[in-house]
Amino acid sequence: MDWLTAWPWSPYAAGMGIGVLSWLTLYVSGHPIGCSTSFARTAGMIEKLFRGRKVEAKPFYREIRPVVDWQWMLVAGMVFGAFLSAQLSGDFRWQWIPTRWEAAFGDDRLTRIGVSVAGGVLLGFGSRWAGGCTSGHGISGTMQLALSSWVSACCFFIGGIVTALLIFGIAA
Amino acid sequence: MDRKSQLVQGLLFGILFGFLLQKGGATRYDVIIGQLLLEDFTVVKIMLSAVLTGMIGVHLMKRLGWVRLSPKSGSWSQNVIGGLVFGVGFALLGYCPGTIAGAIGNGYLDALAGGLTGILIGSGLFAALYPGLRDGILKKGYYGDVTFPRLLKVSDWTVIVPLSALLGLMLLLLERAGL
Repeated sequence: MDWLTAWPWSPYAAGMGIGVLSWLTLYVSGHPIGCSTSFARTAGMIEKLFRGRKVEAKPFYREIRPVVDWQWMLVAGMVFGAFLSAQLSGDFRWQWIPTRWEAAFGDDRLTRIGVSVAGGVLLGFGSRWAGGCTSGHGISGTMQLALSSWVSACCFFIGGIVTALLIFGIAA
Repeated sequence: MDRKSQLVQGLLFGILFGFLLQKGGATRYDVIIGQLLLEDFTVVKIMLSAVLTGMIGVHLMKRLGWVRLSPKSGSWSQNVIGGLVFGVGFALLGYCPGTIAGAIGNGYLDALAGGLTGILIGSGLFAALYPGLRDGILKKGYYGDVTFPRLLKVSDWTVIVPLSALLGLMLLLLERAGL
């Protein structure tokens, strides 16, 4: 049972595992793997807490209802699955600043959190604009050979690579 | 299928997905940013082997009539602009909407306190602007849920076989290059 505590696995083992998982989710539940819509549903649930039921009448939330569904539970399960794996691997730790970030930009928590919030806003906004994220477009959509997903996945990485090289280039 | 078993299935599949992402190293900022800086190709290796494995399996099941695929609808303006905005956020945060769930489970507080807050704000912002965007810019260059086999008017396997070979070759070249 060494594989349960080994870390990291070969990326090919992890990737093929995710590939097989994508057969199972489609066959058993009828859903391809995806994540980002759940954050939009959660945003709607939070909005509902403050503004009440009229939030459900908004055009966006009429299409993406602010409720817990299959994918929402998938994302919740991911938190627990990663926790389990990190514990078994001896890799779990509370950490504010990633090593690579600290080496380039220092150990100020507020800076890291500020940039994380900004990045998150663009991720949330961009994934809704594009209609999916690295899972829904990048893995599930590309394997279904959808044009929308291949275009999106390429743009995720073009935008990401250019931005990463720019900000790390400036820091260096 | 009743709602309760759907939710339980989602949870169980999510546990497996999070487990695999963590074991692969993809819940770490350093690994993801290493990919975007083109220094560490772990993320691309995970994604391409998932796509390769998944593509063959789901199309076999489609052929056997076991499943129905659901390619996403899109447009140039939707996927190019949204994709690039996403990419900028991806590099600033160093996690994506899936890996951030794993990162939170791994104990990474920048993901929990910063990234999650941001994604919720960004999603809510889009929801607020949605009616105008839907009837305007998002329609530009609409192509719907078209797939490559339909676009090229060929069978699924005419695309899958050479594409699998190409993805396999890319992985082989990455290994050869020592990346």
